[in-house]
Formats: sequence, structure tokens, C-alpha cells
Amino acid sequence: MAEPLVFHYEVDGSDFTSAGTASVAVKKSLRQLGLPAEVIRKLSIAMYEGEINMVIHANGGTADVIVTEDYVDIVLADSGPGIEDVDKAMQEGFSTATAEIHSLGFGAGMGLPNMKRYSDEMSIETELGVGTTIRMRIYMT
Amino acid sequence: MKISTVKELLDARVLCGEDQLGKHVYSACGCDMMSDVLAYVKDQAVLLTGLVNPQVVRTAEMMDMVCIVFVRSKQPTEAILTLARNSGIVVMATDKRLYEACGKLYYHGLQNDEMEKDG
Repeated sequence: MAEPLVFHYEVDGSDFTSAGTASVAVKKSLRQLGLPAEVIRKLSIAMYEGEINMVIHANGGTADVIVTEDYVDIVLADSGPGIEDVDKAMQEGFSTATAEIHSLGFGAGMGLPNMKRYSDEMSIETELGVGTTIRMRIYMT
Repeated sequence: MKISTVKELLDARVLCGEDQLGKHVYSACGCDMMSDVLAYVKDQAVLLTGLVNPQVVRTAEMMDMVCIVFVRSKQPTEAILTLARNSGIVVMATDKRLYEACGKLYYHGLQNDEMEKDG
């Protein structure tokens, strides 16, 4: 694989029911490419949490998955409200989600911590009122 | 533990994936919060939950889980079952409550060995 493979998805922010569709599609594509099962699992869980976050908090956004020989990058970008306190948001159990989101099984304050747990590197760029971009890297070995 | 044994122990109805009851599960997770499910990887696990929405199936798929049991007589919609069929996941429903359903499986040997396989 000389050139990186890039998958691009638009994440629809209007419908919680369809949240996660991009992660399911990525998982299927990466299986077809024959990537290691553990890499696929880590990547798809991290991306799924990110996708859910984009739908809950930011009215959707874009997801790009870049596959190289040595690693996979996930870039999630939204034009949402931004994260007020990143350190707080990274704490397990901290959530600003509504009761409605809780009733749907999310908003337990595990989204960002899980994304960090399953990626080897993660960075968050965020600006209030402008949006958030999260980059995650998972190495092949 | 075979999925068919899970079905018997929980007196459950199979809603899709009847052809896969011979598959094995090695651990289980009983939870209504999907992010908590996503926090701990278990291999070939069964997910027991009282939450009924499509995210349950997507969560199971992300975790490579092979079986979902809806507790307290919750009935998933056809759309949820279609998602599960497309992902090759067995879906069952039981009248038991989450605590009792988990307890039965645990008591009969389905314990919580993360990522452990017996072959």
C-alpha cells in the first residue's frame, strides 16, 4: 500500500438513530482490506464514540479515515459549540449531555475517555463557537 | 457457553440469527449505558440490556459481540432486527430482568473473563 487510502464520511447530525453508520461502514471496508482485527476494533470503537459525540453535541460533521502501511488516522471535524474545558471533558463520568441522551444509552461521560483508551495518540483542537477537530492515530502493531 | 444454552437458561425467544445458536460466547456484559459497554473489550461476548434502540446493535457490532439479549420483555423494532441480521448478530428477548438474567448465566459458568478463549 504505497499511497494512503482515504475514506471520507459526512456525519448527519439530525438523527441519533443513524449515528454510527460511518463507523459500521469503515469497519466493513477495513475488514475487506485485511487489517489486523485488533486494529479494526480499536479504530471502530474510537470512531463510533466520536461519531456519537458529533451527533449529540455538534449537529454532525465530517469523519476521515486515512490508512497507511504503519498506522490509521481518524480525523473528526465539526462546527459545533466547542469544548469549554477539555481536561474536564476527558474525565470519566463528566458529561454535559441531556437526560434525553442518557435515556438513549449515551452521555455517561465515557465518550472522550474511551476514544483515548482505544487510540495510541489523540489530540483535540477546539474553539468555543467555532468547532472541534479530534485526531486519533492507531498503529498497526 | 453455546448461544443455545443462553437461550435455554434465560427461557428466551430468538428473534433473529436462529442459524447461529451453535456459536460460543465466552463472556457477558449486562448494561444499559452503551459507553460503559464500549469501555471494556470482551471477546465473543453476549450483551444483555434493557435499552432498545439501533445503537445497541451498533455497539455490539463495534465490540465484535455475537449475541444481544433484550431483557424485561422488551421488543426490538424490525429496523433493529434488520441491522442485527446484516451484522450477523443473534438477537433474543427474555421476560427476565437484567439482574436475574446476568445471575443465571454467571451461575452456570459464563463468567467475566475479558478476552479469554477456551480454544
